[in-house]
Amino acid sequence: MKAAVNARIQLDAEKGKGKGKFVLVDKLPPEGFSERLNSAGAVHVINPNSNRLTLFKDKPLTLDGGAELSPVDVAFETYGTLNAEASNAVLICHALTGDQYVASAHPITGKPGWWGRLVGPGKLIDTDKYFVVCSNVLGSCLGTTGPASVNPETNKSWGIDFPVITIRDMVKVQAALIKELNIDRLLMVIGGSMGGMQVLEWLTTYPERLHSAVVIASAARHTAQNIAFHEVGRQAVMADPNWSTGAYYEHDEKPAKGLSVARMTAHITYLSEDALTKKFGRNLQERDTVTFGFDADFQVESYLRHQGSTFVDRFDANSYLYITRAMDYLDIPGRYNGRLADAFTGATHVRCCVISFTSDWLYPTIENKRIVHALNAAGVPVSFAEIQSAHGHDAFLLEAPEMDAMLTGFLDSAAKSYAPLPKGAKS
Amino acid sequence: MTDYSKPENTLRPDLKLIADLIESDSRVLDVGCADGSLLSFLVHHKNIDGRGIEISQGGVNACVAKGLFAIQGDADNDLSEYPDGSFDYVILSRTLQAVHRPKNVLLELLRIGKKAIVTIPNFGQWRVRLSLMTRGRMPVTRTLKKTWYNTDNIHFCTILDLFDLMHQEGIKVREFVPHSKAGKRLQMGPARANLFADQGLFLIEPGETSAK
Repeated sequence: MKAAVNARIQLDAEKGKGKGKFVLVDKLPPEGFSERLNSAGAVHVINPNSNRLTLFKDKPLTLDGGAELSPVDVAFETYGTLNAEASNAVLICHALTGDQYVASAHPITGKPGWWGRLVGPGKLIDTDKYFVVCSNVLGSCLGTTGPASVNPETNKSWGIDFPVITIRDMVKVQAALIKELNIDRLLMVIGGSMGGMQVLEWLTTYPERLHSAVVIASAARHTAQNIAFHEVGRQAVMADPNWSTGAYYEHDEKPAKGLSVARMTAHITYLSEDALTKKFGRNLQERDTVTFGFDADFQVESYLRHQGSTFVDRFDANSYLYITRAMDYLDIPGRYNGRLADAFTGATHVRCCVISFTSDWLYPTIENKRIVHALNAAGVPVSFAEIQSAHGHDAFLLEAPEMDAMLTGFLDSAAKSYAPLPKGAKS
Repeated sequence: MTDYSKPENTLRPDLKLIADLIESDSRVLDVGCADGSLLSFLVHHKNIDGRGIEISQGGVNACVAKGLFAIQGDADNDLSEYPDGSFDYVILSRTLQAVHRPKNVLLELLRIGKKAIVTIPNFGQWRVRLSLMTRGRMPVTRTLKKTWYNTDNIHFCTILDLFDLMHQEGIKVREFVPHSKAGKRLQMGPARANLFADQGLFLIEPGETSAK
């Protein structure tokens, strides 16, 4: 089925408006992939079984930090078929440690897609109707250029010589990808958490290329508390002697301990006290009494250790540093003298939807409502709901019937109201 | 034009009274829009550009399913971010008595909207007065169905009370439509309406002094 999708993309690229420069990198078979992953030092980017395009070959990507990057590889997955008018394209933006496998098995863990619940044939984002694109973000490690990629100037992995990136830089790469796929205007761009931040940057930077936008459990700026938690994570990575100032790619040992602790801390912020209490309470892990030692006596400890240790198998420590930094640097109102509404003045034609969750203390309702108020103040049509959930921030990835109902109605009316741009009105 | 999946052809009679006052092609904010029936009706029959604010999540979902835009929120907290004069009409239907700061809300309606339409249940209606006088207990009537401890109504007022407040704030009442619970217009002035009308509808505008 994937081959069919690729063939379709290739075909569109060939007949498509004289843009023949589409390069699809040959895919590695999953077996080959795990071999390469296991041979330490041979391959640093966790090279996925994904479509991959090389962009910014002739004209470099100018980053918000001032540096230039060329070329930029983008790994992405697609589901469904782009229709002749290119009017059914949905871009899904992934979160901090997410990836392009929104509805297909992860190449390392084998786990089903992270939003497979919502994306697929006959599902809420119905791939029989819509052409879904999800790309690995800039700075990540599943095929898109990031600190683990090879610096063409040195022929070695970038490590911390990789330029610091922003959420808007990630979006610039996505916009280039969407253009390359011959999509002028997305039916919808949608994302939760850091994915929602990307949606916001789409609204500030490329509103003319959007018909509708959905922001879930997100924020337009990182608060001191958000930055504080990220800093703990980064310091944990950097305190691991195996981090070697980011130059661990040539070594046998990776900063797994540090990255694992970073993940454990972050994971707590994705849940809620209520969720932790319900799931674990003070339950002991396979023992009847505490051991008066530092083993994982409590189930919650065991759970967190497991979360940490499995994370390091699928994620690059430097990517974690870069992406958390990008999130910390997000301050959209700051770019507009504190008036977030001014960021959205170009988006008055974009149908927007914002969703928050009652128990999310990482990006709580108040931060989401700031976005809603700003969109309202800018005259952007927006719907908003705060969904009851005990799952904390992670609620957007889990069962949430009320969110599903909202999204179903929103996507249906977005699709019905999508009208192709008049000829010659292309941006 | 936007395609809305479920056009509303019939409307609750008291909402129809509101709809009748709204000019075509205007921008309308319905504060407390419930399932979006009124907005949807106005979109289809008067081609308005509508937005809603609704406290219940189910109501918001119903609005979104109709292709409308609604935010979950309330009159006390979610009006301040709208720019001045961003709507032609702001509607507050049977909600003023349930807000924390009614005067503030009233002024906000007229800051955001060029006009506002406010309807209230009339606590001066004879059934309410009779009930309190004869039973000596807080009234539970056909318009006020809940008991004192579980009602959402926290700022009771009569039609004359609201006239007084509007006078005090320099608000102009362009239209006053007293009506029954069933939405039947009553042909009478404020004083009689204060005794006989279940509800009062006010189409208001900022006066010169209250214009900011």
